[in-house]
Amino acid sequence: MTQPVSPPRDSAPKAPSAGEPPAWRAVLFRADVRTLSLLGVLAVLILIGGITKPDQFLDTRNLQLVLTQASVIGVVTVGMTFVIISGGIDLSVGAIVALASVWATTVATQEFGFAGILFTAVLVGLGCGLVNGVLIAYGGMVPFIATLAMLASARGLALQITDGRTQIVTVDGVLDLGERDSYVLGVPPLVLVFAAVTVIGWLLLNRTTFGRRTVAVGGNAEAARLAGIDVRRQRLYLYLLSGLCCGIAAFLLIVLAGSGQNTNGNLYELDAIAAAIIGGTLLTGGRGTIVGSVLGVLIFTTITNIFALNNLQSDVQQIAKGAIIVAAVLVQRRTASTT
Amino acid sequence: MAPESPLLSMSGITKSFPGVRALDGVDLDVQAGEVHCLLGQNGAGKSTLIKVLAGAHQPDTGAIRWRGEDVTLRSPIAAMRLGIATIYQELDLVEHLSVAENVHLGHEPTTAGFVVRSGTAKASTARLLKRLGHPEIDPARLVGELPAAQQQIVSMARALSHDVRLIVMDEPSAALDPDEVDNLFRIVDDLTADGVAVVYISHRLEEIRRIGDRVTVLKDGRAVAGGLPAKSTPTREVVALMTGRDVEYVFPERPAAAPRGEPVLTVEGLSREGEFAPLDLQVRPGEIVGLAGLVGSGRSEILETIYGARKPDTGRVLVDGRPLKPGSVRAAVRAGLGLAPEERKAQALLMLESVTRNVSVSSMSRFARAGWIDRGAELGAARAAVRELSLRPDNPNVPVRTLSGGNQQKAVLARWLLRGCRVLLLDEPTRGVDVGARAELYAVVRRLADEGLAVLLVSSEVPEVLGLADRVLVLREGSVVHTAPARELDEHRVLDLVLEGSPAS
Repeated sequence: MTQPVSPPRDSAPKAPSAGEPPAWRAVLFRADVRTLSLLGVLAVLILIGGITKPDQFLDTRNLQLVLTQASVIGVVTVGMTFVIISGGIDLSVGAIVALASVWATTVATQEFGFAGILFTAVLVGLGCGLVNGVLIAYGGMVPFIATLAMLASARGLALQITDGRTQIVTVDGVLDLGERDSYVLGVPPLVLVFAAVTVIGWLLLNRTTFGRRTVAVGGNAEAARLAGIDVRRQRLYLYLLSGLCCGIAAFLLIVLAGSGQNTNGNLYELDAIAAAIIGGTLLTGGRGTIVGSVLGVLIFTTITNIFALNNLQSDVQQIAKGAIIVAAVLVQRRTASTT
Repeated sequence: MAPESPLLSMSGITKSFPGVRALDGVDLDVQAGEVHCLLGQNGAGKSTLIKVLAGAHQPDTGAIRWRGEDVTLRSPIAAMRLGIATIYQELDLVEHLSVAENVHLGHEPTTAGFVVRSGTAKASTARLLKRLGHPEIDPARLVGELPAAQQQIVSMARALSHDVRLIVMDEPSAALDPDEVDNLFRIVDDLTADGVAVVYISHRLEEIRRIGDRVTVLKDGRAVAGGLPAKSTPTREVVALMTGRDVEYVFPERPAAAPRGEPVLTVEGLSREGEFAPLDLQVRPGEIVGLAGLVGSGRSEILETIYGARKPDTGRVLVDGRPLKPGSVRAAVRAGLGLAPEERKAQALLMLESVTRNVSVSSMSRFARAGWIDRGAELGAARAAVRELSLRPDNPNVPVRTLSGGNQQKAVLARWLLRGCRVLLLDEPTRGVDVGARAELYAVVRRLADEGLAVLLVSSEVPEVLGLADRVLVLREGSVVHTAPARELDEHRVLDLVLEGSPAS
C-alpha cells in the first residue's frame, strides 16, 4: 500500500450494506435523551417560575435579564467545556475575568475608547490563557495546580490595579451596548454575543479538526500522541481558547455593570465546571457537548432568578445548586450504565 | 475425578447487556483439585462468565452451587468469603502500596480492630511468596516498582492469603516469559495437589495441553463443549469447536521473489542505554522483517524508539535515506511510519469514539479544509479502509470498544492504511486476538506488504515471527544475536538463540 485508500478496492463488496443505521441512531438517541432531559428540567423550572411569580418571571424584561446574566458565565463555560473535554481543568477563569475587566477599565485604557476596552479585555484573557497553556503543555504542570496559581496571581494583580476601587466606565459606546435602545428585536447584544460564541463553539467542537483533536487528547492522550497529534500544542490552544472566552466574558461584564471590579467573576470557575458537568461533560475528558453546557448555564441562571424573585436567600440557592449537580450526575450515571 | 460432587456447579447461566446476550445458558462444573480450562474466542463470554463467578456481575438467570449448596454471589467480597479468588488479566494492584499491603488489602491483620500489624503482614506475605517460588520479592517494596511478572505473583499471593478453594486465572501467561510460565505451572500444580481447583483461561492451546485436566469451550455465549479431556482432545477438534474452522495457524504464502528495491526504512546504530544495544536494520518495500525475543529483550522499546516515541541515545532512523528528527512521533508519522502498539486500548484506540474517528484520527487534515472536516469524505474513506481489511462489523459508525480484539487491531491498521503509511511497525499484533482471527490478520499484513508496505514485526510468539516474516532478527537482552531468512530458522533454533545467545548446533 503506497497510496492512501480513497476508492474502495475491487475486492471489497461495494453494495451499501443494509441494516447499518442502528448504531448511529443509538448514538443520536442517547445524545437526545441527555439534551431532552436537560430541556425538561429547564421547562419544569420555567413552569415553577411561571406559577410562583407569574407576573414577574414571565415578564419580557425579566427574561432578557436572565439571558443577559447567563451570557457572561455562558461564554466562560463554553471555553471551560473544551478544556474539560481535553481532560484538563481551568480554575482561573473567574480571576481572569476579574483581571481582564479591571485592566480594560483603567483610566489609561479608557482613553482608547471602545476598541481599547475590548482589545485589552481580550488580550489580557489570551495572555493569561497563554501562561496557563505554556505551563501545562510545555512545563508539564498539572492543570489543577497551574490554573490554581493563575487564580491567585490574577486576582492579586486585579486588586493591585484597582486598589479595591470600582472603576466606572465613561466610554459611551460601551455603556450604550447595555441600553435597551441597542437591543436587536428585543434581544440584548450581550445575549447575541453569547449565542454567537455558542454556535462557534459547537461548530469548532463538532466540525473541525481542532474539535476532534480536543476529544482525542481527552479520550486518550497517549493514543493521540502515537497517532501523530501534537498533544502539547493542542493543550496550549485549549487554554488560550479558555482565556479568550474569559476576555470576551470580561467585556460583557463591563457592559453589564458599567464598571470594572477586582471582585468580578467570583467563583465563576465553580459555576462553569458545574454547568459543564450537569450538561454531560465527563470530568475525566473525552466526552462533552456545548449544547449540554449551555443548557446547564441556563438552568443555573434560571434557578437563581426564580429564587431571587421569591425572596429566597442565596444560601438556599447554593443548597439547591448542589442538589441539582448531584441529581444530574446520578441520572447520567444511570443512563450511561444502561446504554 | 469424582463427578458426583463438583466443587462448583454453574448451570443455565445467562447474562445480557443492552444489545448483547453475553451468556446464553452456560453450564460449568469444576472439581476440587482440577485445572479446568476455559477456551473461546474473544467475545465468546469467558470474561463475563468469570465475572459472574467472581461476584462482579449478577447473572440474569441460572443457578450456582458451591460445595453442594445453592449460593448467590452478590459481590466480589461474597465470592472471596466462599473461597473463590480471581486473578484478572489487568492486574488490580495498588501501585503505591507495598507488596505486603497489597496482599492483605481489605483484610489486614490488626490489633484492636484497626491498628495494622505490619510485621505480621510482612511475615505472612513472605511465606506466601516463598510458597509461590519467589522468595526474592521484598514484601516491603512498592508494587509499582516490580516488573509485570512479579506483580502477577503478588496478585496470586493475594488470592492465596484468603482461604481459597478455587482460583480463576485470566490469561495468566500473557505477560510472562517461558521460564516464568514454568514457574506459574509449578504453582498451579502445587495448588491442585492441595485440592484447590483452578479455572484457567488461555489462548495458548499448548499450555492447556500441559497443565489442563478438562476443557470447556465457549462460543457465542454458549458452552459448546463441557469437560473435554484437556490432554487427549485433538487440537483440530478444539479449534473447530472454538471457531468452526479446522485449522489453527495459517500463514499466508510468501511471494516467490525476494523483495528488491531500496530500503524504505533504515536504522543505523540506534540504541538506548539499558534497553537495547546499537541496532542496524533495513526494511525494503514489500518485506516483512521480524524481531523475535523474550519479554524484556528490548523489542517494544526498539519499535517505540524507531517511531520517535522514545528518544535514542545514539544512532538514527532514515526513511528513504532521509534522517528523521529523533524523538519526534510527528516527524515519523509525516515521513510515513505507522505504529500498531502492543497495548491497543491504552496506546492506540479512542475507546469512546466510533471506528470512523479512530481510523481517521491520523489523517484528519486530508478531509479538512481550513480545519473544517468534510464528514462525508471522512466516512467514505473510513468505510473503504474498513472494507479493505474486512473489518467486522463493516459499519464504521459503531463504537470501537464494541469490536473484538482482532477487529480493533484492524481498526488500528486501517488508520495507517488511510494515512498512506509506508512503513508499518507492528508490536505484538495478535495479542488478545483469538485463534480464528489471527490467520485473517496475518493475511492482511502479508497483503499490505505485497502492495508495497515495509513491515517491521515484533512478537513474543516465535511461530508467528517465523510464519509471517521474510527475515528474522533474534534479540537477546537488547542485542541482535542472529539474523536469517525466516525459512532457514525453526522454533527450536530461535528459542535456543533467545535463551542461550548462540545457536545450539
